[in-house]
Amino acid sequence: MRTWLLSLLLVLSSGVAAFEPIEFRDAAEEARFRDLSAELRCVMCQNQSLADSNAEIAHDLRLQVLELMREGKTDDQIKDYLVARYSEFVLYNPPVRPATWLLWFGPALLLVGGGVVVVVVVRRRSAKAPANTSPDDGQEW
Amino acid sequence: MMKRLLPLIAFAALALLLGVGVMMNSGKDTSAIPSPLVGKMAPDFALPVLDEPERIITRDSLLGEPYLLNVWGSWCPACRDEHPVITELAESGRIRVIGYDYKDEADDARRWLQQFGNPYALVIADVEGRAALDWGIYGAPETFLVDAQGYIRWKFVGPLTPEVVQGQLLPVLESLE
Repeated sequence: MRTWLLSLLLVLSSGVAAFEPIEFRDAAEEARFRDLSAELRCVMCQNQSLADSNAEIAHDLRLQVLELMREGKTDDQIKDYLVARYSEFVLYNPPVRPATWLLWFGPALLLVGGGVVVVVVVRRRSAKAPANTSPDDGQEW
Repeated sequence: MMKRLLPLIAFAALALLLGVGVMMNSGKDTSAIPSPLVGKMAPDFALPVLDEPERIITRDSLLGEPYLLNVWGSWCPACRDEHPVITELAESGRIRVIGYDYKDEADDARRWLQQFGNPYALVIADVEGRAALDWGIYGAPETFLVDAQGYIRWKFVGPLTPEVVQGQLLPVLESLE
């Protein structure tokens, strides 16, 4: 029974791989490809990187990236090529420009701002609560 | 008194911010990527006509008259939804509509056109989808408006509706004339 179940699962799992795996010329090419496609966004499944996505457009774009790599283009040239067609959205890390300062520095600013608020509130509270614990109260508390 | 209301006021301010954000984004397809090609010359391409593989259409062969490039595929359900809108546009004679059959087998495309009607002045076939990358196409349906000089003036991602045609396409079309 168990062998039957296991073989059924094995057969079903073969349907997952939808695309032929890319054959790289060497390890360096593969490493560069992986790094580059991890920095790019899948334009269809927009929460995934180009490396991770199973969408067909992601497959097409990966092949295009590989072709550009083999044509001798640099990483920056490949990114420019994609940005020219799909806008900066295709870059997983948006460039740091005045328009994106809030995006990049906003969380840190909020953290610092929140920290300042906490410090101010704590200081005010401790200033208001005078340490006048009358020692001879006669009570345990 | 004010201090007690402070958390409530802060909450109300945040709720207002959220409300504004929701209102601003409702009714829009926020996953649609704005095209960096609007205002630029359409990319050059050389694609065969569906059913006439010896007849190759290039960007330059389409100059002289504006056209709507409608990206569709027989595998795309939303393309069926917008097909009546496309058909009406084409039949009105307002603008010539060219079909861009994206990642489709010729047989499937032909069958789809037979079933739903062929309003296109021309259907070009991009079976592999490589030429589509130059247009920044990432799915279907997508529609481009290209003017007589070959410049892309408008792009829409998603199925066309009468509202989009009235509200977006026609104004741009009028500004061309």
